Amino acid sequence: MTRKVLVLGETRDGSLRNVSFEAIAAAKTVADGGEVIGVLIGENVSALGTELVQYGADRVVVVEGEKLKQYTSDGYAQALLAVIEKESPEGLVLGHTSQGKDLSPRIAAKLSSGLISDTTAVEVAGGNVVFTRPIYSGKAFEKKIVTDGLIFATVRPNNIAPLAKDESRSGEVASLSVEIKDLRAIIKEVVRKASEGVDLSEAKVVISGGRGVKSAEGFEPLKELANVLGGAVGASRGACDADYCDYSLQIGQTGKVVTPDLYIACGISGAIQHLAGMSNSKVIVAINKDPEANIFKVADYGIVGDLFEVVPLLTEEFKKLKVHS
Amino acid sequence: MNIYVLLKRTFDTEEKITISGGKINEDGAEFIINPYDEYAVEEAIQVRDSNGGEVTVISVGTEEAEKQLRTALAMGADKAVLINTEDDVENGDQFTTSKIIAEYLKDKEADLIIGGNVAIDGGSGQVGPRVAELLNIPYVTTITKLEIDGTNVTVTRDVEGDSEVIETSLPLLVTAQQGLNEPRYPSLPGIMKAKKKPLDELELDDLDLEEDDVEAKTKTIEIYLPPKKEAGKVLSGELNDQVKELVHLLHTEAKVV
Repeated sequence: MTRKVLVLGETRDGSLRNVSFEAIAAAKTVADGGEVIGVLIGENVSALGTELVQYGADRVVVVEGEKLKQYTSDGYAQALLAVIEKESPEGLVLGHTSQGKDLSPRIAAKLSSGLISDTTAVEVAGGNVVFTRPIYSGKAFEKKIVTDGLIFATVRPNNIAPLAKDESRSGEVASLSVEIKDLRAIIKEVVRKASEGVDLSEAKVVISGGRGVKSAEGFEPLKELANVLGGAVGASRGACDADYCDYSLQIGQTGKVVTPDLYIACGISGAIQHLAGMSNSKVIVAINKDPEANIFKVADYGIVGDLFEVVPLLTEEFKKLKVHS
Repeated sequence: MNIYVLLKRTFDTEEKITISGGKINEDGAEFIINPYDEYAVEEAIQVRDSNGGEVTVISVGTEEAEKQLRTALAMGADKAVLINTEDDVENGDQFTTSKIIAEYLKDKEADLIIGGNVAIDGGSGQVGPRVAELLNIPYVTTITKLEIDGTNVTVTRDVEGDSEVIETSLPLLVTAQQGLNEPRYPSLPGIMKAKKKPLDELELDDLDLEEDDVEAKTKTIEIYLPPKKEAGKVLSGELNDQVKELVHLLHTEAKVV
């Protein structure tokens, strides 16, 4: 059965986020040969429509307006619901980002529909669209289907491979005029903290520090390594509790769940709560003084040693590799 | 101020997960208040202590959630309500739970509703915002700071590490992010007092809901454990050589850099 599926393209600092291309790939599966329609919401975002098409959308609907300059659940919900009303889709896919997490339940409640959040895979099996999602913070997985109404899901960044960009693809980018009514919650200020570097949830490489980092300054060598690898810095709860870093960096059962290609755990013992946040990473490297540390049980590669010796050496070695390649 | 907390009973974060009969095995497992809901309970108590009013903690689930509700009462909440769905709902989802909670809250004139931003078991983070939408009140998710001045509310929200300062007003639903506060442990007098605090138990009937009204829109068809990871390679030799080997392995064997 082919389906018409909408995908919300999420922008950040004027560009589309990778997760949007991943969401298009997921939407293609849900559509099962049907039409995939990208949706863009914001101010001056229509130029990004072409890119959604190049990544697999058949056409794009753009809702623009001054009140949509910044994300608010009120404003974006009105815009997206207007597109849904116009297009009557059978499927809807959003990224499981801060924005997607905030917006999707409102849309689902408004439409009295189901919503399968935080999915990591999608397939069509036996006539059903089957989503896979981690539960118990990745300690188990479930496969889930929608039994009634709209097939609505959010996709976790870094898990579903986007389609290859095809610059020869073309599709209509049309705007839809929507009158945005009262916004009941207004953003007064945005304080940038984490976004100096690469976004943790979308990073391909995460360098993470635990209690072994010993101080806020102790994170410096980790940051240098992250810079060389184009990665983001994370932390264990222990490091956050000890005030070595901000809680926004915390990876674990409470905190963020990350699935990068490469996770380097520095001075992290590997408590079960931490493993819940990173154990699904593709390749895990552990650096720890204690050869008995639990983290070595989930690591693909381990070095028993002092992170303050190992990490700078690693940084140098990766620099050499970058120069050579 | 009329404050409600949405609370879920979840597995202890230390618990290992096993599966029996296609379901998560709950035998012998320790249960706790979902850690994010604990922040919600704490925040509700603090808001009440500075603004006056009453804190009611609500949970949808089975009789066993009484224990976690009592803990919330021992922390300082005033009343608890358990909506027991054991006999009526076999396989609910977030649509089910939010519909039940909204039905309960619709005539309660709540000024402030606080929940955790996500439960550590199901991990969907849907119920709070869904409830707000059903009640037609604004919401702000993943908050790290809440300031109330009359009916004006200033909230700081965590957005993937950045912070947004948001102005909104009561009635309002917010969901708690880590860092909002430091939840207190129940004191001994608190535990004694909690035994005498009201804990009402309701069923769907009491809310004029039929089973069909709350029938799930989604269904779990399989639960499984992730494949066990093979033990990795711990390198040896001179530290310099180990580092060189590691970079080489990541480049050529794992191909991640």
